[in-house]
Order: sequence, then C-alpha cells, then structure tokens
Amino acid sequence: MKKNRSLLLSGPYILWMLAFTLIPLGVVLYYALTDVETGKFTLNNMAQLLQYLPAFWRSICYSVVAALICLLIGYPVAYYMSRCGAVAQKFLYMLVMLPMCMSFLLRTMAWVGLLQDTGIINSLLSSIGLPTVEMIRTPGAVILGMVYNYLPYMILPLYSVICKIDRRLVEAAEDLGCNGPKVFSKVILPLSMPGILTGMTMVFVPAVSTFYISNKMGSTETILIGDIIERMFKQGDNANMGAALSLLLMVLVFVCTGIINRFGSDEEGSVIV
Amino acid sequence: MSKELIRLRDITMEFDGEKILDGINLYFNDKEFLTLLGPSGCGKTTTLRIIGGFLTPSSGDVLFDGKRMNDVPPYDRQVNTVFQRYALFPHLNVYENIAFGLRVAKLPKAEIQERVHEMLGIVGLKGYEHRRIESLSGGQQQRVAIARALVNRPKVLLLDEPLAALDLRLRKDMQNELKRIQQTLGITFIYVTHDQEEALSMSDTVVVMDKGRIQQIGKPEDIYNEPKNAFVADFIGESNILDGVMLEDYKVRFFGRTFKCLDAGFTPNEPVDVVIRPEDIDFVPPEEGHLVGTVTSVTFKGLNYDIIVDFRGFKWLIQTTDHQPEGATVGIRLNPEDIHVMHKSEYSGMFGDYSSYSAEYDELTEDADHEEE
Amino acid sequence: MKRVNRLFTIAIFVFLYIPMVVLIVASFSKGKDITEFEGFTFMRYAEVFQDRSLLSLLGNSLLISVLASGIATVFGTVACMGIHNLKPRMRKTVMSLTNIPMTNPDIVTGISLSLLFVFVGSKLLQQRNSLTFWTLLIAHVTFNLPYVILNVMPKLHQMDKSLTEAAMDLGCTPLQSFFKVTLHEIMPGVITGAIMAFTMSLDDFVISYFVTGLDFITLPVEIYNYTKKQMQPKIYAMFTMLFLLIIVLMVIMNLLQLRQEKAKRRDAK
Repeated sequence: MKKNRSLLLSGPYILWMLAFTLIPLGVVLYYALTDVETGKFTLNNMAQLLQYLPAFWRSICYSVVAALICLLIGYPVAYYMSRCGAVAQKFLYMLVMLPMCMSFLLRTMAWVGLLQDTGIINSLLSSIGLPTVEMIRTPGAVILGMVYNYLPYMILPLYSVICKIDRRLVEAAEDLGCNGPKVFSKVILPLSMPGILTGMTMVFVPAVSTFYISNKMGSTETILIGDIIERMFKQGDNANMGAALSLLLMVLVFVCTGIINRFGSDEEGSVIV
Repeated sequence: MSKELIRLRDITMEFDGEKILDGINLYFNDKEFLTLLGPSGCGKTTTLRIIGGFLTPSSGDVLFDGKRMNDVPPYDRQVNTVFQRYALFPHLNVYENIAFGLRVAKLPKAEIQERVHEMLGIVGLKGYEHRRIESLSGGQQQRVAIARALVNRPKVLLLDEPLAALDLRLRKDMQNELKRIQQTLGITFIYVTHDQEEALSMSDTVVVMDKGRIQQIGKPEDIYNEPKNAFVADFIGESNILDGVMLEDYKVRFFGRTFKCLDAGFTPNEPVDVVIRPEDIDFVPPEEGHLVGTVTSVTFKGLNYDIIVDFRGFKWLIQTTDHQPEGATVGIRLNPEDIHVMHKSEYSGMFGDYSSYSAEYDELTEDADHEEE
Repeated sequence: MKRVNRLFTIAIFVFLYIPMVVLIVASFSKGKDITEFEGFTFMRYAEVFQDRSLLSLLGNSLLISVLASGIATVFGTVACMGIHNLKPRMRKTVMSLTNIPMTNPDIVTGISLSLLFVFVGSKLLQQRNSLTFWTLLIAHVTFNLPYVILNVMPKLHQMDKSLTEAAMDLGCTPLQSFFKVTLHEIMPGVITGAIMAFTMSLDDFVISYFVTGLDFITLPVEIYNYTKKQMQPKIYAMFTMLFLLIIVLMVIMNLLQLRQEKAKRRDAK
C-alpha cells in the first residue's frame, strides 16, 4: 500500500523525465546516425566528427583556462566574503548573484563595446596619448568573456564551502604551529576542495559549450564547438551533423567533469598517505 | 617549590563593553594539574583562550617564563590545546591528525612516525592509524585530540571541557586516564570544567571563578573545607548557608544561640555567613539537640538519604545514613569543626537555602551548564 | 594581507559591474552606439513604453517563467514525496535521472528537446509547425524540475520522521498530515526551489533559443536577434529598468530575511 503510493506519486515525474531528458538524447542519437537528405542509417556524420576535433580541443583549452582563472580570482573574493560581518556577507552575496540575473547577452555586448578597436578602452587610451591595443577577436577576449560570465558560478560554491569551515579547526592548526599561510595550505584549502570542484565544473560546462561569447568576442580563428553546433541547426540546416556534434560534446563534458572529480579524490588520497 | 611557568597579571577582557574578565591574577607551576572551575559565562574558557593565544586581553600581561607574550600568535607558543568537541581535521585520518603539528614543524619522517606511534600507545589507539575521524566514537576522538596536542611535547597542555561531550561512564574512565597521562609525562595541565567533582578529583590546584573574577584558589581539600564565600561554598558541594554574627574569636552566634567554632580574625560583632556541610550534621534525640526541627522531605540517594529539615522556617539539607520519617521531630548537634565562618560577600543571601529543594535539582543545573559558551 | 585582499575583492566587483555601468550609461545616450555618449536623454525610456513590443516580450517571458516554475514546483514537490519513500536503489536511479539536465550543457538539452519536438511533430503527427508555446513550456518545466527536486529532497531527509507519524497517530490521513505537517517543514526548500526555477526560466536563453517557435518568443531570444542586427538602444533602457527592479527586489528580500533572523534571535533569548 505504502509502496504503491510512492510509485503513484513519483511515477508521473519519472515518466516526464524519461520522456523529456532520456528519450530526447535517444532522438539525438537517431539523428546523428541518419543521413540529412535520405534519412537512412549512416555513419558518415560520425566519421566527419574528426574534422571538428581542433574546435573541440580549442573549446576545452579555453574553458579550462577560464575555469582556472575563475578559481584564482574567485577564491580570494570568496575567502574575503566569508570573513566579513553577517550583514556585509549578505550584501556581497547579493552583489555576486545580481549579474547572474541580468541578461548575459547584453552584458557581453557591453564588453564588445569596451574592447572594440574603436571601443571605450581604446578611446581612453588614445585620449591620453597611448597607442590603441587590439583586444577584440583574440583568444584572450573569448576567455575574458567566459571568466566574466561564469565567475559568479565559481565564487558562490567556494563561498558556501569556506563559510562552513569550522573556526576551531583554524585555531587547532594555529595551536599546532601553523602560521597564516600554513593554516591556509594545510587546512582551509583541503577543506574547500568540494567547493573548488563544484566551481570548476560549474564554470567549465557552460564555458565549453558556449556559442555566444566566442561568436561576439572572437574571430574565425577562435570558433568553438558551440558555434559550430549552433550554425548546423540554425543556419547550416544540417541537424544530423549537429546532433552528432552534440553527442560528442556531451560525452566530452561527461569525461571532463569525471576527470575534475577524479582529480579531487586523488588529491584526497595523497593527503592520506 | 616547583618552577613558575605562566603568569597572568591583572588581565581584563571586554567584549562590546561587557567585562568578561575582571582583574585576573594567576600563576601556573611546572608539572601542576590546575583546574579553572566555574559556571557557564564565568570567564574560564576566555582565560584559557588568552593563554592559548586565541584572544588578546584588553589589558594586563600574559607572561611565559617572565616574558610578555600578549601579542605572540598561537603557533609561536609552547602550549597546545585540546579543544571543546575536539576540532579534529575531517580531511585527515587519525595518524595524520596526530602528525599534523610535527609535519608543520618539518620533523624528519622517521621521528614523526616514532612519536606518533608512541602517542598512539599512550592514548590506547594502536591500530587505529588509518581510520577516518567520523568513524570514531566520541571517546576515541577525544583520545586523538589529546594525542594530537601532546605529541608536540608542549610545556603546557590546555584542556577546554574535554570530557563534556562524553557520557558519565566514559567520563570517569577518561578522568583517570588524563591524570595518569599527566603524571607519566610530567606536563602542566590547565583544565577548564564546570563539573566540581571532576575538578576536585583530578587537580592539584583548583581556581574557582565567577563573573570574570577569581573567587578562590587552593588545593581541592582547602576549597571544599574552607570556602571563601557563599558562592564557592554553594558551587563546591552542598552547603547550608546561614546569617550569623561573629561575637569574638572562636565564637559565632546564629539561630539565637552561640556556638564554638575554629575561626578567628574577624572584627568583633561582624556579620558573617556560616556554612554547614550537609554531611557534617548528625541527628540526636530532640532533647539533646542544639537545634530542633521537623523533617519535611526524605529522598533516598543510594549511599545516603537527603533529608530536608525545617528549623524555624529555614530549611536545611542534611545528608545522613540515618533514616528519619517525614514529619518526625529531630535534634542536631553542631561541633566546632562542623561550623565554617566566612566574611559577607556579594553572594550572601543568594545560596544555601533549601526551601525550594527538589530531587531533580542537581540534574537541572547540570543540563543548563551544558549549553555553555 | 587582509587589506590587499580587500582591494582585490573591490577590483573584482568593479570587473563584474563595469558592463552594467556601460549599459546604463548607454541607456541615457542620444546616440545609437554603445561606445560613445552623445548627450543625455530619457528618450530611450519613452520608447520602451511607446513601442509596446519590448513590454509584450517581457510579458511573454514572465508568463512562461511563472507557469513553468509554478508547474515544476507543484509537480516536483509531489514527486519528492514519492521519491523519498522509494527503495534506495530506485531512488538513486531517479536522482541520477534528475541530474541529467543539471550536468548536460544547456545547448545539448536545448537541441535534444527541439529534435524531439520536431521528430514527434513532423514525423509522427504530421504537423507543419511543431515548435509552439506548449513545447517551450514543456522545455522550461523540464529544466526547472531538478531545481525543485534538489532543494526539496534534502529538507525531506532532514525532517524528523516521527513528525508525520505523530500527525497520523493524532488522526490525520496521509494527505492531511502532508498539508498540516510535512509541507510546513519542507517549505523553505520549496520556496528556494521555486525562486531558483523562476529566475532560471526568466533568464534562460540557450534552451529557449533552440526550442522556441515563430509564434511565441521570449525576451532573451529576441535580444539575441537584436544583437545580430543593428542594436536598438531602447533595449539598454529596458535593461536599466530591470536592473533597478531586481536590486529593489533583492534588497527587500534581504531586509525581510534580516528582520526574520533578528526576531529569531530575540525569541532565542
């Protein structure tokens, strides 16, 4: 009776999720394995994936770099926030959340305006007599866009993990002879590992699949896999090729997040030795 | 006389304008087991944290071997702490928790291993090296915490209510164990607790604190037998505290009678507090008694009966193995050594009346203490 | 050290907010180009209200996100009640199913749903226009559901089991005990889940972009279309107003929370 009730309550949800998450992935697989014109089974799309490997590789490199930069600049911010008073913490938390609620398309457009050859930064430079710098359409600009867009996704999990670290553990480490930097490296950093992993994943996944940032801030040299997929669907009219690419992207994200999390457990293992 | 290690001179501590410590003067000797005893909020943990270096006093000096240490951070002090609820590192196993301080000090690997294993032996945790902290029981975590501090061979070990989280049985075992470890290693222990029994049974010296001030310092026996004021008398054991007048040396008057006592050095006719311990009182037939009263309640306590006797509206607690039925008229005699006279203090009149006595009294106060700090 | 960190933190917040400042300044500019300020004007704000197209797009976005988050909240909470009592292995499977939309890149979720709708619509139902308001709503409900589930499940786990037993012991039917006891206990999770779902839905571009049809477009998708053509400066005015609105909402929420916490602390004393 009780068992039936829990199935009755969760059943519709399970069916819904099967219908709209698992089955769609099956449909993607179906499209990936059929020809765009004839609709017949083919491995052509899969074979063609090879030519897109450079774009995949570029996407991975850029987003790993972006995630690492986010970690490097996000950690001090999260740490600082966690040391503030209760009201200041709330306020800063809000300031980090706020950009996430605003259209990232427009914010990225604003960066284009800032970085353009005739943009705000370059006009400032030339008005004080300095030479202008070419910033837009470089890999750096694309990575900057990623860092800017996904930094909050790094700061928030880090902040919540650092906040939960027991003050007394810091005191215990000091008591046992650790000065400031050692307390950090031996206690705070290992204990914030879960936040670091979550943050890395939360930055990496959207960054590796983005199509808008590279489109607006990059050039043909910096095309990412997201751009290619978007074009296949919205312009190229080769949904089948796009499906194959999506499939590969999904596998790739799966593998990369797996590596990130494995890296974490290795880290833990080495501490135990 | 053993060597003095640490001295606190005129320490005061204020948080948000509230005085937590008010003029603490105290010294700690080598190889001494000293206990800071008091109710919650009395400032005992604050005192300990000042010694450990986690707090800087608002004024006054902390001296280690005569050197002023106020601003020396915890990691440069030769003391280690066993924290309340242990503060063990969850990301490290038992071995690594204990080795932590040695690794920070960059000792050679072989020495670390040797010392950690020696410590594991002392606290009885051999074979637990690779266990995760969460997998240990409270008592085992306690041992790891002690080992983690002691492995650094500090001159002084600070213990902040280390047994508060353990159940009664385990607490008794650990009391003995701690005392044994202290004697084996010959280190100074500074121990904070609100449990008077723990303090009396373990310590060489007991410091009773309340409201940020030291109320009395002494050996456990002296604290018990010669309490300085009504607070100490009440906090350490049970006490009947009465208003009296010290007529002259060795003569005190209360309840309309003059009694001989062993106390002297009061100004003549000084109003005083008189303490009579419940276990010092013996019943006699009413006609032979100095005082005569009526039994109002009897509680069986195992070793003895707690009997409340009403003497002219003032209720006394008497602990005796003599059973008396409720409503009986009883007499008592007081010998000079049963009577202890104290100067009046701010605590006079606050303690020592058993009018509202109930059997649960003890447990209630103990529960309240657990919510401390 | 702390001062260095403070300066660094300030610098990062400046970095986060520079684009906002650029957009807000642009909203008061007479010129069309975001990079140059050509004199102050409120014209762009007037445009937003005169030309109703932006407002109706905002209305579309609100409609979708209110409906989707509302449906997901009720649906998800009910599902949680069931999942909570499933056998551990089954529960684990359901939870990993829940995690698929969370871990998959948005673009993959969007594409897979759009392919599904097109496949079913054109191949099975022989419809010409298979991407409609309803498919968009289904997509939003689908990616909202995990937020509700992941916020409600922990609350259910934390809840003392004997509470519902006590309620039933006192004569409640299971349904009554849900409304009288359980719902009250898990409310914080339900509310957080609902708010998260709502903001995700309101803000979503990537999934909507692939699933959206021609007859029903949300604001983020249309903004994207704008950025591909000549940018319309009235969009900056819209951005500025939304920015202020969200700040006000956040401040109010924070103040309410602070007041609640203070009251709690007072009660505790």
